[in-house]
Amino acid sequence: MLVWSRTGRAGAWGVLALLFGVVYGVPLVMIALASIAGQWNGALPSHLSLGHYAEALDGDSAAQLRVSIVTGAVASAVAMFLGSWAALALRNLRPAPRRLFDMVFFLPSAVPSVSVGLGLLVAFSRQPLLLNGTTLIVIIAHFVLISAFTYGNVSAGLSRLPPEFELVAASLGARPGYRLRRVTLPLLTPYLIAAFSLSFAMSMGEVGATIMVYPPGWVTLPVGIFALTDRGEVFAGAALTMLLAITTLIVLLGLSRIPTKAVTRQG
Amino acid sequence: MHSPAPKAASATLARPVDLTTLWIAPPLLVLGGLFFYPLVLILGQSLGSDGSALSLRFYAQVLATPLFQGALLHTIVIAVASSVGCLTLGFVMALVLSFVPFPGARGIARLIDTFIALPTFLVALAFTFIYGSAGLLNMSLMATFHLPLPPIDFLYSPWGVILAEITVYTPFVMRPLLASFSLIEPAQIEVASSLGAGPWRIIRQIILPAAIPALLAGGSLCLLLTVNEFGIVLFIGAKGVITLPLLVYDKAIQEFDYTTACVIAMVNIALSLSLYSLYRLVVARFGGRNAGLV
Repeated sequence: MLVWSRTGRAGAWGVLALLFGVVYGVPLVMIALASIAGQWNGALPSHLSLGHYAEALDGDSAAQLRVSIVTGAVASAVAMFLGSWAALALRNLRPAPRRLFDMVFFLPSAVPSVSVGLGLLVAFSRQPLLLNGTTLIVIIAHFVLISAFTYGNVSAGLSRLPPEFELVAASLGARPGYRLRRVTLPLLTPYLIAAFSLSFAMSMGEVGATIMVYPPGWVTLPVGIFALTDRGEVFAGAALTMLLAITTLIVLLGLSRIPTKAVTRQG
Repeated sequence: MHSPAPKAASATLARPVDLTTLWIAPPLLVLGGLFFYPLVLILGQSLGSDGSALSLRFYAQVLATPLFQGALLHTIVIAVASSVGCLTLGFVMALVLSFVPFPGARGIARLIDTFIALPTFLVALAFTFIYGSAGLLNMSLMATFHLPLPPIDFLYSPWGVILAEITVYTPFVMRPLLASFSLIEPAQIEVASSLGAGPWRIIRQIILPAAIPALLAGGSLCLLLTVNEFGIVLFIGAKGVITLPLLVYDKAIQEFDYTTACVIAMVNIALSLSLYSLYRLVVARFGGRNAGLV
């Protein structure tokens, strides 16, 4: 559309291919290659093996992957529940307090993750609540960091819902609880899934707050990967990073396949 | 006895308290306990609340150290350079994907978008295999030119962090850009083109003005995210490249100096909150929900 000449188009595509290749293609290929590198003394690995993956699956790393998945799932579920609650409850408020609380719920996304972790460490290493060294403090850190994003997704979804459905349900005599369960939440499902997916992905890659608060018994995979690469075991680190990315993408793919009533009704 | 007065009084008393508004209390209390309460304690500790009178003396001490000043400077330089890089790269790539389309252009756009779901340190780790001292580039150059030492060490300078952050955060700019480009009427470009406007002129006079809200929103979001970025800086682990989040981690976890960590964290939080206000201002001004941002 913009460029009509054949050479001009080829030039534009060439620039795109070069940029995309250098910025995204080469890093992806190289980390994938490193994860299956048997020996790497020259520019490229001399032979390939799946050894790093095999080690990953039966060592500490398998436990760390499980820790990451559990942390991500629990933190995301809690964030989705409370985020939806907050977004739904805000609809009852007048515009001025609604705007204020909207900003309050978004605020955790603005604070650096390391500072969130530091805050939890300072707050829960003393009375009245001692959580330092527990699994719970890691899950709390993840929940705080992702809560703004789940809230944002759900409230964006709510603002896009056609209001007629709820009005019709109300006029037919549906009580608030029944309306929420049978009308609003089913319509919101796509946004709830999107919120859960985004927060799960964020939690799986989280380093900053986790590294501040994690106890020895609850090491997430990113923290484990950092410990490995810091010791110079970069190939094992690459294999685990690939494993983390693939697991995340599989979960996201699975979530995107969940059929939702809202979609089937429209389509 | 049937006087209407008490009824009216109770009605006026009841009216201001709408019970449905109380539903907001539970999530607010959770966030208060888990987010705001810790923040207040960071502030308290940075002011010396542990046993002595509150004062700014720790700020005076920490802010005067070259270590802190270097970290602040690095944080700002890296954030600004990365955001400018994200905007440039995102604009060029979104431009070609939208206006010089080819089969598979949507696939490329989606692939770039999936980078949002990947851990940020993946790119930092990948970079060590490309630009590191034993990486693809250095080993190839050493083999080709028979060099004794790796010639390229930009990965361990701020530039390495900047390039990694550009890779990670460009998708956050491309989302709103692609959304705003899809709103431009193709006929507008075709008419301009048939009237003799060249591609550069069309970009300057039609596409760029339409993209400004998306660029501003994406750019301020990038600034916020890059100021707060920790994983990339940690994984590249260059000795000379220390940012505020990394310094907070170093002080608290490596040196157990919580008071200094709290002072630096407060400065970092203040910087982040001002960038966040800028972002919200831009989004409110230009309608970010339409620009594809949450």
